[in-house]
Amino acid sequence: MNGRKDLLDIESLSVEEINYLLETAGPFKNLIRQSVKKMPPLRGRHVLTLFYEPSTRTRSSFEIAAKRLSADVTNFTVSTSSVVKGESIIDTIDTLQAMQVDYIIVRHGAAGVPNLIAKHTRASVINAGDGHHAHPTQGLLDAFTMKEVLGPLTSRRVAVIGDIQHSRVARSTSMILRKLGAQVGVFGPGPLIPEDRHPDMQSFRCFNEVFDWQPEVIYLLRIQMERQKEQFFPSLHEYHRLYGVTDERLNYIRSKGIYIMHPGPVNRGVELVDGVMTYERTLINLQVENGIAARMAVLYWLQPETGSQRG
Amino acid sequence: MESPGQQLLSPREIDTRIHRLAYEILERHPKEKFILVGIHRRGVPLAQRLAKVLEVERPGVETGMLDITLHRDDPQKATFSPDFGKTKLPHDLDGTLVILVDDVLFTGRTIRAAIDALFEYGRPSKIELAVLVDRGCREVPIQPDYCGLRQTIGRESYLRVRLREQDGQDGLFLVDNKHQAP
Repeated sequence: MNGRKDLLDIESLSVEEINYLLETAGPFKNLIRQSVKKMPPLRGRHVLTLFYEPSTRTRSSFEIAAKRLSADVTNFTVSTSSVVKGESIIDTIDTLQAMQVDYIIVRHGAAGVPNLIAKHTRASVINAGDGHHAHPTQGLLDAFTMKEVLGPLTSRRVAVIGDIQHSRVARSTSMILRKLGAQVGVFGPGPLIPEDRHPDMQSFRCFNEVFDWQPEVIYLLRIQMERQKEQFFPSLHEYHRLYGVTDERLNYIRSKGIYIMHPGPVNRGVELVDGVMTYERTLINLQVENGIAARMAVLYWLQPETGSQRG
Repeated sequence: MESPGQQLLSPREIDTRIHRLAYEILERHPKEKFILVGIHRRGVPLAQRLAKVLEVERPGVETGMLDITLHRDDPQKATFSPDFGKTKLPHDLDGTLVILVDDVLFTGRTIRAAIDALFEYGRPSKIELAVLVDRGCREVPIQPDYCGLRQTIGRESYLRVRLREQDGQDGLFLVDNKHQAP
């Protein structure tokens, strides 16, 4: 299957392309587990991470994925760069282009910036999160993780809980799940449930309705303190009481064997209680491990137009 | 149904050549332990067939399989194969005599990649190469140690190998490039 130049969102991927990426991620994970820590396909290629928003785990995950494929990695740290001196995004990209990078991994607070960059460079651009828009590699790693524990996702039920409206994770993950035939339901504070969501996505009024729906996976979104300028719910305590996994709800989840996922980092005592972290069907650490394999599959698949030293 | 092409070896001849390969290996290594590593795709059943032939003289001879996709010199042209990442070796290769097994030796680039891939799994004491057919046209300096059939075939033609484990029947056919179906 021929690769694309860029990965900007889940929407533009076909089901075949998604399945290709998920099927490639599996062998990458096995190779790493088999002690093959490094493989040569991106030897001589240069990967640049360009993060306009803080992130430790996503950036590290991409960096590890790129290094396992033998690419060179440079982290462009925006707060210390000329961006603070007023350089525009396009000028920055021209500068980076002149440095001959082959892949640019970008995170930005405004939706559409990765698309803008992709149009201005021959390098492959991977969207690592843009505003409320998309976070496609998160969607891929979530689908990969669910497939690993559940098998094919057709007709599987996944309840996404939290701030659906402002979450690029919710957008990308529910999009990929629906493309793969799963059913997605949403639950959260009223103002944070988008009214223009897909008609197939049902919403719930209380946690009991979520349980009655019998989901196989409960996907908790992080409350993004940094994006909560308006108050959409009264307090974190109230949020936990209404939308969090409490000890009582955890007992029910355990009795039904429901899986719990979360994109991290978790706010303990808000989205979930401490007990969730040791619950045997919590997939949070597996998501982190699978994130590297999924990103390796993406880097391996994309085809930059920068010209190759090899092949 | 497309024509299978001109037959170069019959099923019976294929089997004979495989037996001969097995005994040549045994002749060169009457005592030494070795492991037969098949390269995906048809090197894998070929390695298993060799092991089966050797079963009498060398009961329990070890086999493995190797996927070389990540070590190709044209990784951007690599397409997804169902064998991607399916490397299975019984143990690490430190100090082991490895006999690489493939069906056709052509440019030699696959073998170069396979040697590269093997070193991910240790430092073999020696690597040898066994192929069913050597069709010439090398692009890197690699030669087989054991070879079932040596016949120079131009680049415009395609060789179709069939092995009963994968295809139901053994056979070797020469296909004109016009009708090529890789």
